[in-house]
Amino acid sequence: MFSKTIAQLSQGLQNGDFSSREITQEYLNRIASVDGQFNSYISITADQAMAQAETADQMIASGKAAPMTGVPIAHKDIFCTKGVRTSAGSKMLDNFISPYNATIIEKFNAIGSVSLGKTNMDEFAMGSSNENSYYGPAINPWGENRVPGGSSGGSAVAVAAQLAAGATGTDTGGSIRQPCALTNLSGIKPTYGRVSRFGMIAFASSLDQAGPMTKTAEDAAMMLNVMAGFDPKDSTSAEKPTSDYTASLNQPLKGLKIGLPKEFFSEDLNPQIAAKIQAALKEYQALGAELKEISLPNTALSIPAYYIIAPAEASSNLSRFDGVKFGHRCENPQNIEDMYKRSRGEGFGHEVKRRILVGTYALSEGFYDAYYKKAQQIRRLIQQDYINALEEVDVIMGPTTPQPAFKIGEKTSDPIDMYMEDIYTLSLNLAGLPGMSIPCGQADDLPIGLQIIGNYFAEERLLNVAHMFQQATDWHKTTAPGL
Amino acid sequence: MSLDNTDVEKIAHLARVDIEPKDTPEYLKNITSILDLVDQMQSVNTEGVDPLSHPLDAVQRLRADDVTESNQRELLQTVAPAVEEGLFLVPKVID
Repeated sequence: MFSKTIAQLSQGLQNGDFSSREITQEYLNRIASVDGQFNSYISITADQAMAQAETADQMIASGKAAPMTGVPIAHKDIFCTKGVRTSAGSKMLDNFISPYNATIIEKFNAIGSVSLGKTNMDEFAMGSSNENSYYGPAINPWGENRVPGGSSGGSAVAVAAQLAAGATGTDTGGSIRQPCALTNLSGIKPTYGRVSRFGMIAFASSLDQAGPMTKTAEDAAMMLNVMAGFDPKDSTSAEKPTSDYTASLNQPLKGLKIGLPKEFFSEDLNPQIAAKIQAALKEYQALGAELKEISLPNTALSIPAYYIIAPAEASSNLSRFDGVKFGHRCENPQNIEDMYKRSRGEGFGHEVKRRILVGTYALSEGFYDAYYKKAQQIRRLIQQDYINALEEVDVIMGPTTPQPAFKIGEKTSDPIDMYMEDIYTLSLNLAGLPGMSIPCGQADDLPIGLQIIGNYFAEERLLNVAHMFQQATDWHKTTAPGL
Repeated sequence: MSLDNTDVEKIAHLARVDIEPKDTPEYLKNITSILDLVDQMQSVNTEGVDPLSHPLDAVQRLRADDVTESNQRELLQTVAPAVEEGLFLVPKVID
């Protein structure tokens, strides 16, 4: 049962092979017995899940079911969920019981999906290993001393360790794609503005985007069908109709033009990963695709530009955590300034404080032109590289990460070392383009991700390109040892 | 330009974040290495390039000036650290 995809569970529920209550209870039992070793959940919402499953079973019985009705999934603990602690992985919000729902939570509730709980994450989505969580690291089922990536590490582990059928994540610089790559999952970061950010705790507002993390591209399409769409409550939501993302999954790839940026295949890339990416490209050629070398000359600048823009926006967004209306407040404040400083000093972890300080410095008087404005100009150059490339090719492919899952503690002493983990993923967020990661093999028994990048609002095409690969290969079916 | 511990304390004050004195040197080291990394940008000629603040260059959407929200004060104050008679309590700010 736990190896079933969302598509398979959906089919079984519609056929009456099992009820949502039965499978929800089985998932809850499995979480209770094994999540102690994975730490993928921050909160488990068993009572709410069973009540949702009951509603779902009624919807199915009365013929009112949608494809995701009754399917047990998990949500990253960054999405505000009414009546449930929503912590963003931070001590700052450890006591925060959200009084309202994020738009995507409302959407999943409306069609009767079951939420098993809220998943672990790097604090305020800042990190690439899930080690920055106040609740401790989530553990990659592919190796007990390995990180699952981040920041959506708990969501990745919940799906990879078969503790949820699928999960939501968010991606500001790679936080869906990189953990998917490290845990053998399929995930999509949609175009900026495709999925509502309302009720999603903000990190860097011009980069943040939510998306699904699943076993297959087909499952990702099913979840994205629920998540995507215009939301008047999000001022940057795209006013553009959505597609049925499952409609053209099986479209043949003959004539597909794949661009290979030479900057993604430099000598820094782990040779085993390079070999697996090449093998995947051969598979695409066999499916009728054509390969073409392209150049994204400003790729290397995405790291410096990102590490100004993201901290600058974060320092502004996180100023709302001041101990006044919600969140952590220090004991016995002497005066208002003492309350602000100690509440924030106690409530935030080191990486969050580092980024607040960098952002504050970059935005401080006299430095704006040299840092923030410069970074936004470089952001334009990075976007232009992609626009030029996507005039010549349909999709762009390359590795998701420079190496497979690293060891817990391996990169915690040097933040720059950790930042380099996102070298292939950051530029997409700066450009606002959609991107996926899908499994394409292993290196030293650890999973590898193939990144697929498309044009603005080309999610349907990306999912089709990913799905056809999964029809021809079995990499996505490989599960972690011991499962 | 290079920062020192006093600069870190000043930035932390601007950000209203308490940093323990024992941690200041570590923050200084990390922030310095991040600023060294971002200094790569200075070698790029960006003259005449429009800054990109929104990937789709969208402008602020407007809506009709209608009342769409109801008063949920009690609900929203359930998460507040301290309230009294519908007011958020903070330390004294005016002498």
